[in-house]
Amino acid sequence: MDFGFCLSPSSHVKMDSVDLTTFNHLKETNPDINTCIACGSCTATCTAGNFTEMSFRRILLMLQRGKEEEAKKMIQRCMLCGKCTLVCPRGINIRKILLDITR
Amino acid sequence: MNSQIFHPFVLPFVLGMAFVLTYCLVGLIRVILQLPKDDRKQFLRSLVTPKTAWANIRDLFGDCLFHVKIWKRNPLLGYMHSAIAFGWFMIIVIGHIMLFTLKPLEGVEVEGFARTFTNFYYPIFFKYFAEETPVFAFLMDFFLLMIISGILIAVVKKIHSKIVGVKRVTKFGFADNMIRFALWTIFPFRLIAEKTNIMAFWWLYSIDLLIFMFMLPFTRYMHIPTEALFILMRHAGLNAREPRKGYALAQLYSCPSCGLCIDACPMSVNDKMSGNTSAYFMKKLRNKDSDEAKRIAETCLMCGKCVMVCPVSIESCDIKFSQRAAVPYEIHSDHSYLDVISTEAQRSGEISSKDKVLYFAGCMTQLTPKIMRAMKQIMETAGEEYEFLDKDGGICCGRPMLLSGKTAEAQAMIAKNTELIKKSGAKKLVLSCPICYKVFKEEYHLEGIEIQHHTQYINELIKNGKLKVNKTDVNYVYHDPCELGRAFGVYDEPREVIENVGNLLKAKSEKELSICCGGSLGSFNLTQKERDEITSNSVADLMFNNPDEIVTACPLCLKTFARKSPVPVKDIAELFVVHQA
Repeated sequence: MDFGFCLSPSSHVKMDSVDLTTFNHLKETNPDINTCIACGSCTATCTAGNFTEMSFRRILLMLQRGKEEEAKKMIQRCMLCGKCTLVCPRGINIRKILLDITR
Repeated sequence: MNSQIFHPFVLPFVLGMAFVLTYCLVGLIRVILQLPKDDRKQFLRSLVTPKTAWANIRDLFGDCLFHVKIWKRNPLLGYMHSAIAFGWFMIIVIGHIMLFTLKPLEGVEVEGFARTFTNFYYPIFFKYFAEETPVFAFLMDFFLLMIISGILIAVVKKIHSKIVGVKRVTKFGFADNMIRFALWTIFPFRLIAEKTNIMAFWWLYSIDLLIFMFMLPFTRYMHIPTEALFILMRHAGLNAREPRKGYALAQLYSCPSCGLCIDACPMSVNDKMSGNTSAYFMKKLRNKDSDEAKRIAETCLMCGKCVMVCPVSIESCDIKFSQRAAVPYEIHSDHSYLDVISTEAQRSGEISSKDKVLYFAGCMTQLTPKIMRAMKQIMETAGEEYEFLDKDGGICCGRPMLLSGKTAEAQAMIAKNTELIKKSGAKKLVLSCPICYKVFKEEYHLEGIEIQHHTQYINELIKNGKLKVNKTDVNYVYHDPCELGRAFGVYDEPREVIENVGNLLKAKSEKELSICCGGSLGSFNLTQKERDEITSNSVADLMFNNPDEIVTACPLCLKTFARKSPVPVKDIAELFVVHQA
């Protein structure tokens, strides 16, 4: 029966139960990411982001929430052009981090 | 002279020689078998093609024997290497000629050329076994002293490398140091043995030869036999497809670890980073230290300067490429969204097949809108019919993806861009970014479409009189972007443009020796701090003659230099905006 509306599943993330191994490992190998201020310059300049939902800021957020699979799926859109790394005001080597996430 | 035909002290030499010859023969067969079938055919055919055969002979003499390229780099270094290598070659040759002209010996039945096989150790220990004629005796002593003079320079170089114009030298391990010591002592031992005829020195001389030849395959001196094979393969036009097989393997063994690339490398701004240079990459890869080889391959800026200065012409960037492709990143790219992309003109159906210029800015130029604005102004002032291909953001040219070793994914982008360009109906494609220029020139198949970098395009417009500029007395210095200069030799066009609007000063290192800005997309590992150090060094080199402004032709160089330069940095297109008549 269609009432014209429905209940959507909760998007609540239980931080106590998420698996943060990837993110913690990433923080160790690339301590740079601790300096991210989530300014979104990377997302604004992204070549792939012009055509898709690709956004490095969101990828980092997903990893912090333990949504590793979603993050990896988003990375598939990347063209490795390196604009994000170039515009980052914190000098984070974003391209390397993207590659390290999938390694 | 001793009227003997054999003495046990020749045995160490014979043993060493047999070992080296067997090793080289097995190695040769292995390398040739490892070549892909097509490459092998191409290689064998090139040996009998007159043109490549001639080039082979020229380079075998020029590079292996006379070391022309080292002489050109530094005459003293050239003399050092030639004195040892050419001198050694000559005493072997003269020894064989003497053997050939020798009167019949007591107890030796063979004569003439056949002696080379039955008494092949004679020329090595000549003075012990036979009398020399005066002319030959003089020549032998002359070349032996020449070798010793070369060794003296080598000893001084070890202590103070700057006398041969080398700042940083390769750091060697135990084996390389030991064989070097063996090489240095071979000839003084021979001289003493010949002059005094003390048996102990003949033994020392022979044992030294054994040590040298036994260690040769496991050290950098393997370049002596391998370089000849590498020259033949290089002229056959082969490509390194796998990092440790076939052609690449021949190159790995041809690298003499001379370290000329260390001083040349933009990364050699400090000791730690100079470990990322090609000399070390080749060594690690040869010694199967695959983790280090992989790390260096991914750290390299791919500027190509090491290839330019290499006295053996080793194509180390190609080997790094194949190394990257051999251990790919695990991004399973999904670029299906490429299919739906189209240009503004295609959507509005305004495709004309008129002679128009297609302008592709590329990712990096999208980040430096002043170049795009300048290009628009240039094309409008010159009255050119043009279409802006990636006005609302195009896709990447594919070079960064290629640099990561993912060829198939890069080909998908190349196919999409090719489709967009062919649909536009343009006859000329103008690019602002040398990174795009390189991949468009090398990987794209755009028959009938002329590809120009904007330096060439602007120069052409000025020459045609379509652009008018004023000459001022501003002092400019020009930075050659790696992918425009070293890769395609576009050195003159940008300089002509600059001379039309101001004075062109020289940088300390120019043209093929220009230093990468440090921003290169080729490197995946370098941190911002390390890049900044490279940039500062490159800027200092450009500021050598105190110019008023730095001009470059690459948006990435522009952005990188702007971080560190004490003077304004401009793209060559911007010069027109400033100096428009």
